[in-house]
Amino acid sequence: MTDLAPPQPEQQLNQRPSKPISWGWFRWTWRTLTSMRTAVILLVLLALAAIPGSLFPQRNVASDPAAVQQYAVRHPDLAPWLDRIGFFDVYASPWFAAIYVLLLVSMTGCVLPRSLRLWRAVRSAPPSAPRNLARLEDHQAWDTDRAPAEVLAAAARYLRRKRFRVVVTDSEVRAERGYLREVGNLTFHLSLLVLLVGIAVGKLVGFEGRVAIAEGGTFANDRSQYDVFTPSAWTDVDGLVPLSFRLDKFDVKYQVRGPNPGQPSQFSARITYQSGSGAQQRTTVRPNEPLDVDETKFFLTGNGYAPRVTVRDGRGKVVFTGPVLFLPLDANNSSEGVVKVPDAQPTQLAFEGLFLPTADVGPQGPYSMFPDALDPQLFLTAWTGDLGLEDGVPQSVFALDRDGLTQVQADGKPFAQALEVGETMTLPDGQGSLTFDGVSRFANFQIAYDPGKEITLTAAIAILIGLTTSLIIRRRRIWVRISPTQSSGFLVETAGHSLTRRLPPSAEISKLVTALGGPTSPAAPADPADKDPHT
Amino acid sequence: MTNQTLAQLSNSLVYAAIAVYALAMLSYSAEAARRTATGSAPPTERTRLVGAIGTSLTVLAFALTVGGTISRGFAAGRVPWGNMYEFVLVCSVAAGAAYLAFLTRLPVRAFGVWIVGLILLALGLAVTVLYTPAGALVPVLDSYWLVIHVAAAITGGGVFTVGAVATALFLVRTRLERRATADPSGTSDASGSPRRGYAASLPSASTLEQVAHAAHMFAFPIWTFAVIAGAIWAENSWGRYWGWDPKETWAFITWVLYAAHLHAQATAGWRGTRAAWFALAGYAAFLFNFFGVNLWITGLHSYAGV
Ligand code: HEM
Repeated sequence: MTDLAPPQPEQQLNQRPSKPISWGWFRWTWRTLTSMRTAVILLVLLALAAIPGSLFPQRNVASDPAAVQQYAVRHPDLAPWLDRIGFFDVYASPWFAAIYVLLLVSMTGCVLPRSLRLWRAVRSAPPSAPRNLARLEDHQAWDTDRAPAEVLAAAARYLRRKRFRVVVTDSEVRAERGYLREVGNLTFHLSLLVLLVGIAVGKLVGFEGRVAIAEGGTFANDRSQYDVFTPSAWTDVDGLVPLSFRLDKFDVKYQVRGPNPGQPSQFSARITYQSGSGAQQRTTVRPNEPLDVDETKFFLTGNGYAPRVTVRDGRGKVVFTGPVLFLPLDANNSSEGVVKVPDAQPTQLAFEGLFLPTADVGPQGPYSMFPDALDPQLFLTAWTGDLGLEDGVPQSVFALDRDGLTQVQADGKPFAQALEVGETMTLPDGQGSLTFDGVSRFANFQIAYDPGKEITLTAAIAILIGLTTSLIIRRRRIWVRISPTQSSGFLVETAGHSLTRRLPPSAEISKLVTALGGPTSPAAPADPADKDPHT
Repeated sequence: MTNQTLAQLSNSLVYAAIAVYALAMLSYSAEAARRTATGSAPPTERTRLVGAIGTSLTVLAFALTVGGTISRGFAAGRVPWGNMYEFVLVCSVAAGAAYLAFLTRLPVRAFGVWIVGLILLALGLAVTVLYTPAGALVPVLDSYWLVIHVAAAITGGGVFTVGAVATALFLVRTRLERRATADPSGTSDASGSPRRGYAASLPSASTLEQVAHAAHMFAFPIWTFAVIAGAIWAENSWGRYWGWDPKETWAFITWVLYAAHLHAQATAGWRGTRAAWFALAGYAAFLFNFFGVNLWITGLHSYAGV
């Protein structure tokens, strides 16, 4: 996002000396950009710009990675256009970046001068009272026969005790407090910049990856072992933390009784891992309890079934044996998957179908009744021909590229079979066979490394504190003025003024009046809320 | 008591609360009708009494929802905000609490009828459409950051509700006050306040604006905290504190719109009515996140029924 720094208008103009330098124009732009109105407009634009990302599937976003392709298949006319305007990658699109960069520039341009003004205000005395105090809030006046200096000193003492900054002159006391509100406001706004730095560090140095591992499978923290690896611009791809682990067992418990049968109540992945040249260790990874190795975290984010199968080819030779990951489709873990056997001879083989952990047959065909593997069945059809794995186009492990394949037929219909554990499906004409050996589970791990997140967290806390401060603290001024009356006595007047949109604490002035011996508890306005400082 | 009895107790309390809220709404409506008839003239003793009954009933119904929520929590053996039904229940507790808290210091009873009406609507939806029996959570939701995050979001939402009602009534009242100043031919009194009509019975626009402002000022930091806590929870569960999933996105949109509202309140020429629309937009985004995203967007992406 740093490459979006706006071009410096002065430089551009300097390169073309024939044109007169238009400072007025520049100043106008800058003033417009840093005005409150622009801030409001940009904030609304930011909100609007975020909407399409929640309505259309997004790339590089936590949800289903295949969603964009699926959307493109379902809407072949619309999808290319949406793609062109960045609707599948909203939060990385130039227009989204343009809005938030403008917003932050505007904010900095607005808030820094404010800091300067605050700095001067803190170093200078509270200003003198307006001539007509009666126009201000909570104005009160009464006659006194005490000496003016004594009244003013008492007022100053009282206000100082109430933590006001106080200046006393011959005829008035000027007091102000609540500067912290502006400090909070500045902290809050400037922390937004720090927040962005934290995000940027994560986006520039960190990485994310995903890997699915079946029980018994192993993983080494090397880029090549990831199913999906999303490095950032400056990720040290060869310097990932040295770590390897094996998924020993994946346990799921489902509620059998109670109001929500079939809802999982516990997931745990038991692993044996080794980091660096250390000793082997065992641990259990659960949701919300990742394995953390030097800031690289391994999260358990999903699971599914991996039926174990053995495939023999036309020659009767075992060409594949082991677990195959099936993609869960619904809450009861009906799963679909593909067994690809490129080593089969004389032609390559593939099997495609459904895995049902607790199979039953309903009016719409076979389905799964329960997510646990109580009565597992595998429903398969078979394909022969060229799997197309050599053309270098990456393929999904869950889907079949049917170009170059023909479906195995029997009696003029696609050949299909339901298998229980231990059963074998033998293809017609001696094309091969598949045996369903058993059921394993697989676990999905999400791996993340984000060195910027501490910065982001610190900024977020500063945002919260700054915001709360600026919303709670009320910056306000109080004046006490004393003036001679015609009848040789003196008139004391007090009034307050809020510098924020909120009223000063309502009892503040009346307590001051009491402390100065003025009239006690004046009739409170009938509807205090009707007094608004800005109307 | 067994969990089953507790769960039933909770349901009974919620149904009782609905009944009492319905009565409260009747009293408040009666009060509003009487005030409407008299306009800006001071309400009679009788009118006040009807309103006071409405408030007493509201307090009772509020206590019933609190009881319903607590027993629900004990029945499920966890904090009672783990699914949509419970969110709505707790959110109506928060809105009720915010309303009653305002009532102790500002003249907000005049819009009690709207708050009570909204709570009634929410509870009605909860028991009919959203009801889920008390039970354990799916493992990924079983985290105390979630507890904190959801509690903050719900509290913020409850207070935003009061803010939204005050804002909407502020708009209604402002229109009337403007029309009254534009046309002082006997329909308004000396101070420019109109004499008759529902809007005339409302507190002055500046009072309503002040209530709205107080609610927004209070709720906005809570909402900010909720978003941060949610990010911390996401980091604990997935390793990324922000993933732009629709829930997060709409929480962000809500936050940004309310920030726009607070700015508009400090912008010359935008204060008041124009700023009010931003607050309402923020509330709409909050509602959409609550209902739209849960019921519609996730449905769009799920494979249920394949
Ligand atoms: C980057 C996004 C921004 C966010 C999320 C944001 C948020 C906020 C919030 C929540 C407040 C209310 C705090 C209070 O009333 O004390 C506020 C106040 C303020 N903001 Fe921003 N702001 C942003 C950008 C800007 C920009 C671009 C400007 C200037 C053009 C600006 C200038 C101000 C000022 C002057 C106040 C104080 C208003 C007052 O006196 O009541 N902010 N901001």
